[in-house]
Amino acid sequence: MTTSLFGERVQRLEDPRLLTGNGRYLDDLGRDALAAAFVRSPHAHARIREINVDRALDVPGIVAIYTWEDLPERIGEPLPLLIPHPALTHGRTARPLAKDVVRHVGEPVVMVVARDRYAAEDACDRIEVEYEPLPAVVGIENAVRGEHLVHPDVPGNVGAHLVQEVPSADGRSAAEMIEAAPHRLEFRLDIERSASMPLEGRGVYARWDPDDGSLRVYSSTQTSTSVRMAIAAKLGLPLPKVEVIAPDVGGGFGVKIMHPWPEEVLIPWAARTLGREIKWTEDRREHFISSAHERGQVQYVRVGFDDDGRILGLDVTFLHDHGAYTPYGIIVPIITSTQLLGPYKPGAYRVEFSSVYTNTVIVTPYRGAGRPQGVFCMERTMDRIAAYLGKDRTEVRAANFIQPDEFPYDHRLTFQDGRPLIYDSGNYPEALRMLKELIGWDEFAKERERAAAEGRRIGIGIGCYVEGTGVGPYEGGHVQVTSDGRVHVSTGLTSQGQGHQTAFAQIAATELGVPIERVSVVTGDTRRFGYAVGTFASRAAVMSGNAIALACRKVREKALRIAADALEADPGDLTITDGIVHVKGNPSASIPLSTVAVLANPLRYAFDEEAKRATQFATAASDDKPPVAEGEEPGLEGRDYYSPVRSTFAYGMHAAIVETDPETAEIKVLRYAVVHDCGRLINPMIVDGQIHGGVAQGIGGALYERMVYDEHGQLLNASFMDFLMPYATEVPRVETAHLETPSPLNPLGIKGAGEAGVIPVSAVIASAIEDAEGIPIMKMPISPSELFHLRRTASARVG
Amino acid sequence: MKPPPFDYHAPRTVGEALEVLADAGPEGKVLAGGQSLIPLMNMRLAAPARLVDINRIGALDTVTADARGVRVGALARHATVERSAAVAERQPLLRQALRHVAHPVIRNRGTVVGSIVHADPAAELPAVLALLGGTVRLARHGAPEREVPAAEFFLGPLESALQPGELAVSAFFPALPPGSGTAFCEIARRHGDFALAGVAALVTLDDDLRITTAKVACIGVGPVPVVVDVSAECARRPAASAASPAVAAAVRDRVEPEDDIHATAEYRRHLTGVLAERALRLAAERASHG
Repeated sequence: MTTSLFGERVQRLEDPRLLTGNGRYLDDLGRDALAAAFVRSPHAHARIREINVDRALDVPGIVAIYTWEDLPERIGEPLPLLIPHPALTHGRTARPLAKDVVRHVGEPVVMVVARDRYAAEDACDRIEVEYEPLPAVVGIENAVRGEHLVHPDVPGNVGAHLVQEVPSADGRSAAEMIEAAPHRLEFRLDIERSASMPLEGRGVYARWDPDDGSLRVYSSTQTSTSVRMAIAAKLGLPLPKVEVIAPDVGGGFGVKIMHPWPEEVLIPWAARTLGREIKWTEDRREHFISSAHERGQVQYVRVGFDDDGRILGLDVTFLHDHGAYTPYGIIVPIITSTQLLGPYKPGAYRVEFSSVYTNTVIVTPYRGAGRPQGVFCMERTMDRIAAYLGKDRTEVRAANFIQPDEFPYDHRLTFQDGRPLIYDSGNYPEALRMLKELIGWDEFAKERERAAAEGRRIGIGIGCYVEGTGVGPYEGGHVQVTSDGRVHVSTGLTSQGQGHQTAFAQIAATELGVPIERVSVVTGDTRRFGYAVGTFASRAAVMSGNAIALACRKVREKALRIAADALEADPGDLTITDGIVHVKGNPSASIPLSTVAVLANPLRYAFDEEAKRATQFATAASDDKPPVAEGEEPGLEGRDYYSPVRSTFAYGMHAAIVETDPETAEIKVLRYAVVHDCGRLINPMIVDGQIHGGVAQGIGGALYERMVYDEHGQLLNASFMDFLMPYATEVPRVETAHLETPSPLNPLGIKGAGEAGVIPVSAVIASAIEDAEGIPIMKMPISPSELFHLRRTASARVG
Repeated sequence: MKPPPFDYHAPRTVGEALEVLADAGPEGKVLAGGQSLIPLMNMRLAAPARLVDINRIGALDTVTADARGVRVGALARHATVERSAAVAERQPLLRQALRHVAHPVIRNRGTVVGSIVHADPAAELPAVLALLGGTVRLARHGAPEREVPAAEFFLGPLESALQPGELAVSAFFPALPPGSGTAFCEIARRHGDFALAGVAALVTLDDDLRITTAKVACIGVGPVPVVVDVSAECARRPAASAASPAVAAAVRDRVEPEDDIHATAEYRRHLTGVLAERALRLAAERASHG
């Protein structure tokens, strides 16, 4: 039976292939391709004096060496600034290979192409680059001091400055509201750098077909369509002559939505220039020093509130470190500044940020994309208010919630998609009630006493967030039923392990009434679908899910029309079950979809038994009508697009119980609970998996991960030995509960879930540690060593 | 992350290995489990011109335990030693320490002797060897084997008494003396990571269950494992009071930790004191139940 599969815990169709080693990741392709490697800057900031490649020329297997001077004009110019914004007055992007000046350790300077990666690296070792070191700008505060400049024509290192202000209902500014409030607080918060760190790094494999004049590129990317357009433009090739395919991608988490990376331009260019297949597979050190990072903000908060903890005025000024260049614009700080508000409605709000240059790796969205910072800011503020008033932390939050009857709720701000920040739906009080029940919030005081009696120290924390998901502009879906009864679904956006093959197949199987085994899904292949934006911002299910549903509905309508003709029935009386169209209430009057597909494509030539039925002497078609009716197309297929007016707003609330060791300051997460609402669930198991993975990544950001730059701009922990990501042993079991408040904005009523798990974790863990220790936690991540010193400082202050 | 070119040798006998090593001199490097060497080569932090792979020398894959102690051959994997009941009976500290060495997959490949020769001051096994007063047996082509005591073997971070041309063929860990107990406590940022601080302890009791000797070896807090004899601080106290603030203070005073990106020196010093107390308490408890 193929009743609705929408909402079922269907096992992931891609897993048998991926778990038995049959995935095809970038480095599995192009076994005979030449290999590329890069000489990258060892300096954070330096002038390139001279590049001498002589000693590399006699390395066995060397094929080509390129510096900036060897690149044609269009390839050598600065890479695009992808998302311009009026506030980004001083946007700067890097060239694929550095010209004259390098601005972070890891910036590519020379490209080497050789027989294999061994030879390429041997050659890199022998290339001598003479640098004149320049003063490095490292750290947000050094950047704003502006003593030294990352770009000589960017005064004060400020790339962008943006203020958004929402006055109170009676027209008073945030400053006025804070001034007039019964209580006021003012404090500073810090959050450090981390990075997406997918298991598979980036990689590009290009092959030029000289006979066809065409280029095929495989890239481990989150947007094959956009990489394709960038390559066509850079190489001056007609778009139809460029194919870009995202093969299996071993995680993206944002770093692969950045594009075109230098390698995505250089490898295809070199492949075409040399007429050879070339592959570049990023290694882990390269990933650390030349792919993007994120997080990294300093926030200054002023808040005024009443006796109930209701926020009357909130003023946040923050500094955002965007690294050496701004190819992805200022999306991250814009998201921080808008999504900071979460489920709350402050009386008046003012936010101001400066996005600054430093001589470090670029900062572009990483799962959560500015929200973890914003939520950290808001949730720490809620806890500070509760502590000040001596109130329960959940009460203060509840006092500030937007209520269920206030949707759609207009924050009167501009969101990351350039559209008004209007929440579509939600039920925050109910989510809080569920979370308190799930974690046992009201019983925790007793638990704490019991632990204390055993000499143990435990604390509980909470964090709430709202996430704008499913940003536009659009995605599309194509659905084709072939004469063997199979359903072929394709969409242009890419997959990095999310389970799209399953979720999209569930949607198609449900819409068309076919068994899920007959549905196959292709993503991220421009040969199959050329129009797409990409997979990021928790948008794939909302955007492509709805587009595929709409495309399926077109196919279904056509199938019923053709079947109605064949069955001499009214289309309205037909339904499709198990891949068979039949008259409702009369299963014997039926025709399989495979036959409908045959009939949909009038044929002259028979190539198999099925096809015979559609040939010109086999059908009883009317002599007066053309075989393909006016307005119709041959084939049983449909294509449609989904383009929303604005984002959907998912939300969630997390709580954790942590234990801190009184002697060693070790921090252990004992329990972690999540209440989550992303509208209607397509596959609850996949959503749970997204949340579990997100929480694990959040635990990493809260307790383990940081990018440790020294004052010279050297990244001191650029390996998995010293950049600590949590193992399974460090991640608690995640307890989840779902609310399903449908989005009124799309046909399926869904919202995105991809980033949900990670967003509030630093805020939640800070809240819980603060509760256990009684010491304000104003910086994240936190290590046992740091907690040890916080204790020392606190006891010195008391003593 | 690909190593530069190197010559590869895979001798079948110790004699053959020693000949190659003698010929290679400072250019030679022994490959056993490869858990440190291969990453170092891939990152081009080490670039030995000649790699001597001893994995085919079956004669080095030995673990023997008798009343004198445990002798571990150069090819014995961590996992083999960890799981050996005979080893655990003669010298329980080995199993206690090995459980803190990285993760099972690494212990399946990495060797005990390899870890000792690598001489990382943050590693567990050098501390075990130092605490127990063990030895390392070194062989050289055309010369008699020499037995180097732990105290003379570890010279500095990643620096040992092993000379170019020499092969460490085995390590010897003396058996647990009667009336003794051991423990290994450590704290790492993540399960299986290099320790922020770690302490191995050995406590020996007399017939009245009073402490006669108590010693600890601390890891990651100096250029080599730091052995501290706290017998005086324990001063023939009963086993149950092996751990005391005085003992912790004595240990803290002797170690010289440094700041790094994971922890401050001050925190490491503090941790070492805490762990010394914990390890001594546990070792004394085991000694009294022994």
